[in-house]
Amino acid sequence: MHNFDYHAPKSLDAALTMISDREEAKIIAGGMTLLPTLKQRLAAPSDLIDLAGIADLRGVKKDGNEIVIGAMTCHNDVATSDIVKANIPALAKLAGIIGDPAVRHRGTIGGSLANSDPAADYPGAVMGLNGTIVTNKRSIKADDYFLGLFETALERDEIITSVRFPIPERAAYQKFRHPASGYAVVGVMVSKTGADVRVGVTGAGPCAFRMSEMEAALAKSFTTDAIKDLKGNADDLLSDIHSTNEYRAHLVGVLARRAVAEA
Amino acid sequence: MTSKVTLTVNGKERSADVEARTLLAELLRDQLGLTGTHVGCDTTQCGCCVVHVDGKAVKSCTMLAVQASGKQVTTIEGLAAADGTLHPMQEAFREHHGLQCGFCTPGMVMMGIDIANRMPGADEKTVREQLEGNLCRCTGYQGIVEAILSVANPGAVKDHHHA
Ligand SMILES: Cc1cc2nc3c(=O)[nH]c(=O)nc-3n(C[C@H](O)[C@H](O)[C@H](O)COP(=O)(O)OP(=O)(O)OC[C@H]3O[C@@H](n4cnc5c(N)ncnc54)[C@H](O)[C@@H]3O)c2cc1C
Ligand code: FES
Ligand code: FES
Repeated sequence: MHNFDYHAPKSLDAALTMISDREEAKIIAGGMTLLPTLKQRLAAPSDLIDLAGIADLRGVKKDGNEIVIGAMTCHNDVATSDIVKANIPALAKLAGIIGDPAVRHRGTIGGSLANSDPAADYPGAVMGLNGTIVTNKRSIKADDYFLGLFETALERDEIITSVRFPIPERAAYQKFRHPASGYAVVGVMVSKTGADVRVGVTGAGPCAFRMSEMEAALAKSFTTDAIKDLKGNADDLLSDIHSTNEYRAHLVGVLARRAVAEA
Repeated sequence: MTSKVTLTVNGKERSADVEARTLLAELLRDQLGLTGTHVGCDTTQCGCCVVHVDGKAVKSCTMLAVQASGKQVTTIEGLAAADGTLHPMQEAFREHHGLQCGFCTPGMVMMGIDIANRMPGADEKTVREQLEGNLCRCTGYQGIVEAILSVANPGAVKDHHHA
């Protein structure tokens, strides 16, 4: 790992000043993705700006019909939050099967979404639950946030402060877990609120996406039968040593049906 | 460039000059001489380096020493009593043959305590899931799982295999 200067600002304003003053600076949240990247020398920031000391960025609350999760809230705190468990149990479940307990004690929702790993879990939740990414500058709807492989709508000097999830009537998350890494080979979050159905998929493509054909079928009839002939479009999906794109397309169908059955 | 970091390790305040890139595992092992914390992979996979920071299990190979500034760190060296009496989790590993070569053991014991703290009454399936990030190349996990279960959920251990 190349060396860098380390800063631990106590406020968001201080962090923002530091990041705009230092062109090669990077934010560090849980470090579960960033530190391994630095060890491999895939990045060499001049400065690391740690958000851990900014108390406002941590915690879960209910605000009207939404659950608001601070960007620095670690996966374990989401998984065990009474508010999340009572209102969006599918989200608590998702957070509780990310990586392993030590990773869940450090890794954060903000870091996961800023990174937008194609195999990460939270992007599927944001898509499937119609979440909103809140930054120091603006609110970004799920549909506008994920742009491509490790690419999001975030600007360099933009910090995620919280993520807002509308409380669905029903929702469930199903994941085909890679047996070694724990990451999603495919993960599907299905939710239903009134007539609105969303099917968010992670792991399968370059970034999280929705299955609109399934959503339309499920809006008519929220049953596994309604989508029994639907699966992902293999041409748009990833192929790697873990799975072919055809297998991922198949898994999208299987996991969506399991999620509908569970919701 | 180095800076001074001060933290509490196993109940004692310790200070050291570290580079920003110094990992917590490196501070503990190389500067404070606490070599019980092992580094098996250095890629956040194996869990040999697990310590507790403010009471929670973390992988010390994937946390900067400066990030532990002001925190309470507990390592495997901090578990036994001053007179050598083992911590109940260490005693359970001995009793249930939870180790062979011992390389993974410090991380397993620290994670085991974390599991027992977070999930009293956990069943065997849960303990196995919770060990997702701790790898052992020797034991086949049976003794490790029994040891952790015997502390987290004493009623659940049926099969003691005594030597
Ligand atoms: C062994 C292991 C297993 C894992 N398994 C899974 C898994 O099963 N599923 C899964 O989804 N993930 C998994 N992860 C990844 C884990 O969830 C990470 O915690 C997460 O991807 C990154 O979060 P972090 O807080 O650690 O961010 P960091 O590593 O600190 O940062 C990641 C990136 O996001 C940027 N960033 C961080 N916070 C913000 C913010 N608030 N605003 C703007 N930019 C920000 C940083 O600059 C950096 O570029 C695993 C990781 C490990 C090490
Ligand atoms: S040495 Fe830290 S996880 Fe392997
Ligand atoms: S006892 Fe040898 S690695 Fe676990």
